[in-house]
Amino acid sequence: MALSKRHISKEEVEHVAWLARLELSEEEKELYTQQFNDILDYFQKLNELDTEGVPPTLHVLELVNVFRKDEVKPSLPPEEALANAPRKRGRFFEAPRIL
Amino acid sequence: MKIGLEIHCQLTSLKTKLFCGCSSDYRGKTPNTFVCPVCLGLPGSLPVLNEKAVELAVMVALALNCEVAPQTFFVRKNYFYPDMPKNFQISQYDVGGSIAIASGGWVGFLVGKTRKTVRLRRIHLEEDPGKLFYHGTIDTSPYTLVDYNRAGIALLEIVTEPELEAPAEARAFLQKLRSILEHLGVSDGGLEGAMRCDANISIEGGGRVEVKNISSFKDVERALTFEIVRQRDLLKKGVKIQTETRHWDDVRRTTLSLRVKEEEQDYRYFLEPDLTPVRISQEMVELLRSRMPELPDARKERFLKAYGLPEYDAEVLTSDRAMADFFEECAKLYDKPKAVANWLMGDVLQCLHSLEVDIDQAKLAPQYLAEMLKLMDRGDISIKIAKKVLWEVMKHGKSPSTVVREKDWWRITDLQTLEGYIAQVFKEYPKAVEDALVDEKTIHYLIGKTMEATGGKADPELTNALIRKKLSQMKKGS
Ligand SMILES: [Zn+2]
Repeated sequence: MALSKRHISKEEVEHVAWLARLELSEEEKELYTQQFNDILDYFQKLNELDTEGVPPTLHVLELVNVFRKDEVKPSLPPEEALANAPRKRGRFFEAPRIL
Repeated sequence: MKIGLEIHCQLTSLKTKLFCGCSSDYRGKTPNTFVCPVCLGLPGSLPVLNEKAVELAVMVALALNCEVAPQTFFVRKNYFYPDMPKNFQISQYDVGGSIAIASGGWVGFLVGKTRKTVRLRRIHLEEDPGKLFYHGTIDTSPYTLVDYNRAGIALLEIVTEPELEAPAEARAFLQKLRSILEHLGVSDGGLEGAMRCDANISIEGGGRVEVKNISSFKDVERALTFEIVRQRDLLKKGVKIQTETRHWDDVRRTTLSLRVKEEEQDYRYFLEPDLTPVRISQEMVELLRSRMPELPDARKERFLKAYGLPEYDAEVLTSDRAMADFFEECAKLYDKPKAVANWLMGDVLQCLHSLEVDIDQAKLAPQYLAEMLKLMDRGDISIKIAKKVLWEVMKHGKSPSTVVREKDWWRITDLQTLEGYIAQVFKEYPKAVEDALVDEKTIHYLIGKTMEATGGKADPELTNALIRKKLSQMKKGS
């Protein structure tokens, strides 16, 4: 059953992993491909519902226009701002090279 | 050739960021001191939209002739890059029924003396990413340093249709856009990084190349010109231009390939569940419309009527808010507006270019220009000296009369003094004197030499008259 309805290929899993900058082992790629497809199989069930004429729900709450005034609030104290940084250099967060 | 622009302009008149109360006054501050759980993307934090940002965006939309959406949403644009601590940017995108705050619109502007209109695709609100610093340049730095003080600053993205046809057109358009935003008082383009630009460019027979990271409007023309030369060279060699994204390196003034593998669908846009929809009522739009200040095109019309300026002058002056302000201040103090306009668009602009400053940061105050023009009208200084005075004022910020006094640049009108200079010139250039005695047209050489001898201080008309008199006396004498 699972193999007969493939929604997502292994290549797509590799691409999504790359987008998330994750390195996956071959076993993980197989596992996630299977899991993604199982999840999407389940979503297929929802497609059985007739939604003709039902407007898409963009938001589950009825709330609109939740605003804040343009007033300055205190920021984090310096020592707290960088407290969770895996790497820092002086007052900066440090990240790996980009290109 | 088709050029389209994506302009990112910070709403610099806001006191706080787009979704949190951190101060937006981040320039020159210690890194990572204007940050909080929201703009650092810490778990459990919730963004709340700055109401003023919505108002300013609507005002910009109205000023640019756009259609304001009655309801608008925010979305998450997902990507992994250290400038965004949440790994997504809250933005707006036409997805799943969500639409940007405004669409359509147009901007009219002058390129040289030709009028041009460029249509806009849309305007949307989004948050600015943090600022990255490299050791050396982006492609050689062993690490990346991140300052999130800028992360979360309210940005307005303005997207044009690809209708611009030359780098100079792009510059003229951006100049006009900046003037509109500055007249609205929403964004100060003089602040470093307040107005940035991505450009896409396609040349006949080539793919669409996007150039990112153009951090000032001044660099847009440079980056585009560089790209055109690069692409034309490749085409000449028979190389096909690939669709790609390139990075503008403003230090080396080149573009380099980013080899970006992400495409639009890879951003996996989806509605931001932490923010509510924004409804913009017609009443709110009308209220904001009624509060709109005078914009460049209206100001231009007023300049035509109130000051009697030619259309070209009025357009050029109002294409720069600071320039237009300066003109009006000066015209209050000196009642020949056309002369003020001429000086502003001529010598003043030239000085500004070579000093690389904007007029609102220059040392020339409107009262100084007015004073200089009055000195000229009274005959205290010649036009030649006036140009030199202007330079001194702009370099040192001294008043024109101080400059003239200190340099002793008063115009020489004293007959005896002038006759002394002329006698000296006649002695030094006997051949020129002989020529002038035969052919009157060559007299200009002697006038020029006398002006030179006095450092431009001699009264040109008086000098002319005295030389003619001396020559005719010589003729009679012989
Ligand atoms: Zn914050």
